[in-house]
Amino acid sequence: MSKHTLSVLVENTPGILARIAALFSRRGFNIDSLAVGVTEHPDISRITIVVNVEELPLEQVTKQLNKLVNVLKIVELEPGAAIQRELVLVKVRADNETRSQIVEIVQLFRAKTVDVSPEAVTIEATGSSDKLEAMLRMLEPFGIKELVQSGTIAIGRGARSITDRSLRALDRSA
Amino acid sequence: MPMTEQATGAHHPQPRPRTGGSSTAPVEHVTGAQSLIRSLEEVGADTVFGIPGGAILPAYDPMMDSTRVRHVLVRHEQGAGHAATGYAQATGKVGVCMATSGPGATNLVTPIADANMDSVPLVAITGQVASAAIGTDAFQEADICGITMPITKHNFLVTDAKDIPRTIAEAFHIASTGRPGPVLVDIPKDILQARTTFSWPPAQDLPGYRPVTKPHAKQIREAAKLITQSRRPVLYVGGGVLKAGATAELKVLAELTGAPVTTTLMALGAFPDSHPLHVGMPGMHGSVTAVTALQKADLIVALGARFDDRVTGKLDSFAPYAKIVHADIDPAEIGKNRAADVPIVGDAREVLADLVQAVQAEHTDGHVGDYTAWWKDLNRWRETYPLGYDQPADGSLAPQHVIQRIGELAPEGTVFAAGVGQHQMWAAHFITYDKPATWLNSGGAGTMGYAVPAAMGAKAGQPDRTVWAIDGDGCFQMTNQELTTCALNNIPIKVAIINNGALGMVRQWQTLFYNQRYSNTVLHAGQEQAGAAGNGTRVPDFVKLAEAMGCVAMRCESPDELDAVIAKANAINDRPVVVDFIVHEDAQVWPMVAAGTSNDTVMAARGVRPDFGDSEDD
Repeated sequence: MSKHTLSVLVENTPGILARIAALFSRRGFNIDSLAVGVTEHPDISRITIVVNVEELPLEQVTKQLNKLVNVLKIVELEPGAAIQRELVLVKVRADNETRSQIVEIVQLFRAKTVDVSPEAVTIEATGSSDKLEAMLRMLEPFGIKELVQSGTIAIGRGARSITDRSLRALDRSA
Repeated sequence: MPMTEQATGAHHPQPRPRTGGSSTAPVEHVTGAQSLIRSLEEVGADTVFGIPGGAILPAYDPMMDSTRVRHVLVRHEQGAGHAATGYAQATGKVGVCMATSGPGATNLVTPIADANMDSVPLVAITGQVASAAIGTDAFQEADICGITMPITKHNFLVTDAKDIPRTIAEAFHIASTGRPGPVLVDIPKDILQARTTFSWPPAQDLPGYRPVTKPHAKQIREAAKLITQSRRPVLYVGGGVLKAGATAELKVLAELTGAPVTTTLMALGAFPDSHPLHVGMPGMHGSVTAVTALQKADLIVALGARFDDRVTGKLDSFAPYAKIVHADIDPAEIGKNRAADVPIVGDAREVLADLVQAVQAEHTDGHVGDYTAWWKDLNRWRETYPLGYDQPADGSLAPQHVIQRIGELAPEGTVFAAGVGQHQMWAAHFITYDKPATWLNSGGAGTMGYAVPAAMGAKAGQPDRTVWAIDGDGCFQMTNQELTTCALNNIPIKVAIINNGALGMVRQWQTLFYNQRYSNTVLHAGQEQAGAAGNGTRVPDFVKLAEAMGCVAMRCESPDELDAVIAKANAINDRPVVVDFIVHEDAQVWPMVAAGTSNDTVMAARGVRPDFGDSEDD
């Protein structure tokens, strides 16, 4: 099994997320992470899905997704040719003794301290999932009180845009 | 009870002068309900099967005045759904069914799932509770869009009355193009009652829906090359060829190449059964020749077929020597079960037309396939292992004989609709299908109870044809209520109940795999008779039941009266006819590949394992 990142452009219509989630569960595919947001075109949303599958089922999942009427386009983003980011917000136990050590780790990972209280520090960090995992490993000994993570979002490197042609398709029919 | 207070407004909307915009169509001021009926008229829906209820009620008021849409009032929504699929399969048009919210809509779930499995163009229109009540667990509320999401090609919840014409147009477009399938349109009651405008044709907006119909020339050339190079090719034809209306092109390709043709359960009639190149149906109950041809083939050309498990048997031992050319309009089918050496995405008709040209080009270049040795094998299997059956020793009726005679005595162009089980397989085996749209059945879903309502739909769409439902006594008890609909709406179908007193196919498996322990498969026996299937209690009495529903009913118990009874049934065309054929309980469907085993283990008859000699030399 290996991880694949799919960027799925969809019409911004009610129920589309349910259609995609239902398709994955019905066909027995596991979603590692999922992130949704609107694109530069308000009628199009972009769903970034990370799936853990072999090559052949991946082809099947892509074809099945393509059959959904509201799906405009699917692009697999290769790790080497794309930038992938996740966001974490983590609340770490801190007192006067440990706070400076925690801040040092935050700086090492180029993360940010976004909230400080006498018993805790809240840290915001973005990056690849590997980097964030490494940071969380370093923070764990201090005591992680609360952790929230976003799904991965990703964008291809270079000047080409995957939304261009889909946007034109949408404009033409409008 | 008159419901004039529910009337939804002007019955005859007048076209108004255009007030602007680029549209040239006149704009009519109407209610949502009128917009729906006008849309159905414009899209060419001439027949709707349905039942009214609270949420859909506004739509039924303008329906009453429509001269272009005929509504057939069924007795159960499942009947409406199967009738719509039967209508669609027999006419090639989109079938339409209508139901109210909640239980009305959920009763459509089975026929929608059935249509989805068999790629039948179907539009289901359901009423929904008023917009403001959605999500409140209101009376007769069901999230039918959520429920049918995995079993429809697409579905819509209409949220604005002005969207009705566009939604109906898109629903029919999606249902009938690409790989056909069911589309559900859910319309809240307040949307049906709202004031809106109607103009036709509406602009469609489906940027994500672009079915590929034109095959790649390179893949076609590659396929043609393989066809002429192969020594043991098989054309494996599925329902897609019928859906694409490609039967003429298929015949040309088959005769041009001289390759054997096998038609799946969904494709019977796509190629004439009586044609010398036809080797029968493949699969679990396929002919020995067809099953073995696929197993020994060096090339399988799959056309609008999907390598279903009932065709392939144990997948990893299916057709081990074959290269695969797989042509289908649905890219997701290609490589789903069996990897394709030459994948072709396209409409079967265009694929076949292009293949004919490409094979002709190969022939011109002097490359002609030589299948002489292959046909020697095929013909030997055909002669040694034909489909057959034994007449019961006790003088009772053999179900296969009944079905064979119905087929032989049927008028030209008769449409046959089967339920699911032994009688379905016998109807596939012992009736000769030479024309498309003469065989309707529930292939993918295997929906018992399909036959009577599907036959009703077919007859409503093809009133000049004879329509025979070949049904089992188990299936018949699931949906026979639609005979009332047939009797009251001048839809004179004919029903043959192949009555063996049992859930025959399940009983066959109990005979073969469960030590003849007949758990819950005996239908007509009371407590004390449990275990004896054939001479049961005759509860229910199908003759009385059918007569009570306004049909002519007969019973046939002996081979001597068989032809006369069938002839009598064929002669009655003003009322539905039901014939209760009491048949031998122990008849079985053969050949058979046991579930989960390799097609190499096909049994020609019980305990008869075919001997294929040593034709396999590579």
